[in-house]
Amino acid sequence: MAINYVYPDYEVVRNYDRCISCRACERQCSNEVHSFIEEENKVISDDADCVNCHRCVSLCPTRALKIVKTDHTFKANASWSAKNINEIYKQADTGGVLLSSMGNPNEFPIYWDKILLNASQVTNPSIDPLREPMETRVYLGAKSQDVKRDKDGKIIPEMTPQLKLDLPVMFSAMSYGSISYNAHESLARASKELGIFYNTGEGGLHEDFYVYGPNTIVQVASGRFGVHRQYLDAAAAVEIKMGQGAKPGIGGHLPGAKIGEDVSRTRMIPMGADAISPAPHHDIYSIEDLRQLVFSLKEATAYKKPVIVKIAAVHNVAAIASGIARSGADIISIDGFRGGTGAAPTRIRDNVGIPIELALAAVDTRLRDEGIRDRVSVIAAGSVRNAADVVKAIALGADAVYIGTAALLALGCHLCRTCNIGKCNWGIATQVPELVKRLNPDVGYKRLVNLMTAWKHEIEEMMGGMGINSIESLKGNRLMLRGVGLNEKELEILGIKHAGESA
Amino acid sequence: MLLEGQTRIPSGCAISGIFSRSGKRMSGEAVIKSISVMHDRSNGLGGGIAAYGIYPDYKEYYALHIFHNDVAAKTACEEFLERHFDIVSASNIPTRKIPEITDEPLIWRYFATPLKTKLASSQLDEREFVARCAFRINKDIEGSYVFSSGKNMGVFKAVGFPEDVGRFYKLEEYEGYCFTAHGRYPTNTPGWWGGAHPFALLDCTVVHNGEISSYDANRRSIEMYGYPCTLQTDTEVITYIIDYLSRKRGFSYEEISDIVAAPFWSEIDKMEPEKKKLYEYYRSAFSQYLITGPFSILVGFEGGLMALNDRLKLRSMVVGNHGDIFYAASEEAAIRVIEPDIDRVWAPSGGQGVVARLNPDALRALKEDK
Repeated sequence: MAINYVYPDYEVVRNYDRCISCRACERQCSNEVHSFIEEENKVISDDADCVNCHRCVSLCPTRALKIVKTDHTFKANASWSAKNINEIYKQADTGGVLLSSMGNPNEFPIYWDKILLNASQVTNPSIDPLREPMETRVYLGAKSQDVKRDKDGKIIPEMTPQLKLDLPVMFSAMSYGSISYNAHESLARASKELGIFYNTGEGGLHEDFYVYGPNTIVQVASGRFGVHRQYLDAAAAVEIKMGQGAKPGIGGHLPGAKIGEDVSRTRMIPMGADAISPAPHHDIYSIEDLRQLVFSLKEATAYKKPVIVKIAAVHNVAAIASGIARSGADIISIDGFRGGTGAAPTRIRDNVGIPIELALAAVDTRLRDEGIRDRVSVIAAGSVRNAADVVKAIALGADAVYIGTAALLALGCHLCRTCNIGKCNWGIATQVPELVKRLNPDVGYKRLVNLMTAWKHEIEEMMGGMGINSIESLKGNRLMLRGVGLNEKELEILGIKHAGESA
Repeated sequence: MLLEGQTRIPSGCAISGIFSRSGKRMSGEAVIKSISVMHDRSNGLGGGIAAYGIYPDYKEYYALHIFHNDVAAKTACEEFLERHFDIVSASNIPTRKIPEITDEPLIWRYFATPLKTKLASSQLDEREFVARCAFRINKDIEGSYVFSSGKNMGVFKAVGFPEDVGRFYKLEEYEGYCFTAHGRYPTNTPGWWGGAHPFALLDCTVVHNGEISSYDANRRSIEMYGYPCTLQTDTEVITYIIDYLSRKRGFSYEEISDIVAAPFWSEIDKMEPEKKKLYEYYRSAFSQYLITGPFSILVGFEGGLMALNDRLKLRSMVVGNHGDIFYAASEEAAIRVIEPDIDRVWAPSGGQGVVARLNPDALRALKEDK
């Protein structure tokens, strides 16, 4: 009998007083955790295959199921945690690189949670968003300070291309292939209704979604999947993906199993073939090469669309951003180390990159020190979890944020972090038709709209409390922030004061 | 206790301004009388007056008003001035000893013009040269502070109630076509005169009532364009924004009011396409200069005065016309005390800049050589 070294992390607990053996759980679980014993009219579960996605829990009509963390334990050891030990067992079994999905879950500082917001008292009034206009509209793109006038002295209000957002939040890059058709449809429709943008990721744009082009950012990544004339023409903006927060410095790999007919056509690669994105762009080995790609894309789109350059937050992010700002890019997107992914090597995801809060602050400060902050807009991404995180990001200096995980959660994702196996029970990170249809885009898009609407209300409340009625006046307004429990160096990098310090 | 500039101090205030469109020169008494009506809006911790057209005999020269903490500072500052300027006159600003005003620094006035060779080698235009020299002194020469640097105008300020500041500086002896005044209600105990209003750069002066919520967004943006904000006051940052938009970007004061106190999107979206495009441009390219939170300001400049409220009108401000005289004040009473039967008084809407300018003849006369 084979030895199974790894005991499951989670256990399925079934309350047999409640279970009516309806077998819904059995039908719902693509991992085949649940099975029915005919003779005993009893449903049983095998914890070993459970990914803790809550699909069965959510659909159990009698609330008979719950998932608990196992109390099975190794002998306590501060250095050799169960995680460390189990990873050794897995690698000794397989000889492989460990894979993980979604963002870095480990205990690193979350600076959002150590930053507090200001509010007006006495010396200036707070503003009630229910009574007064409260503006959340932003324009992303270069802000030239040169004022042109015609011969009569009238201003010529021409600008380089801008993205108009009714709310400074966008849906970040998630490719068709890594997520499902229905997930993409939900994101696209929600973006249209909300007056914001979603991002195709590197998997091309499905022909059905060209109608959402005015709310679509298309990505050009190192694999160049699905990039062609119409693709660029359809979009509102083009994003060059240089890196991703979850896996800085490495490429991507969409297994052939996920490359069905539709994905194959959209990506312009053969069905069943693995889609490998190289680690670097092989036409960009330095900043001057990036400039050429930026301008190639501008030429291809007749200078009518902003070009975004997305980078992972790495140690030298501020200097890199400065180079990008001088490369002709209109917008820089920075993805922090907690940013999500459909699949990444665990060691990379958990050990490479820096927190978005520090990266964002460093970039904004650097661009201002160099006097070039107005040449580009800055998008922050990588674990923006709620409206307060958005407000803090803007106050640190972002023009807007991207959200990925939060959007997927709205669609039903339960953060089980097994996107890579392609059997997402919620119909999001899968290409299996029976699973995909579990996500109804009519419902999904509405839930995204709801989420963003709720955040908008909350952002307005927080702005109003600070006496700010336009989001532009929050941008880079770091005096509205105070740190708690941060050391001098952290405060210095964030450019904020400690709670209790006056201005 | 930290001084202004080392810490940020919110404050409430009173403002008043009087402007003669015909360029008729008035004494400083009227504006003092006006601001004194609003005594309760100040707390004695700062007051000041800006006066335009007061130095006709020296109108070709920059009038540098400088506080020196002591003789050492004065010596260092004057050495700097001599390296950069041709100084045609240097003297104490005349003051009257009164018990209400104490602890005065050395208060000096220099009429000066940039040294030609220095100016040429700097490759700057003259006004930029003067502005940078003022920044240099305020930043690098400990104990000296330039608080007025325009031509044919001057700022007079101190720690005290504005009416006392007026008496202290003998404002009744000055004659000009425009005066603005400020009484301050800061929420601390400052020990420093530089923090009082008006705040000035070249001929642009600002008196301000309010506390803006966009301060740090505005500050960090304007600092990028060579305006080090050393005082950490709203007034300082507002002055620099206005100077930047007018002197460096060439916007008119009406356009500036549309940028710093822009209409709401809900209004812009309803505009005619051409107008809409213009306002979208203002709010997109220059959004970093949008000022939010309560303010009412009077902006003095050569030949004009602008009164402007924040776009929600969170601070009181009324303006009025009587003959060719334009008035603006935090309270109507401050206008009526001078002109009880004024022709017209109104409260401009939030974000609606009201600009009074010298008549063309008056402007020509002002600029003409004697």
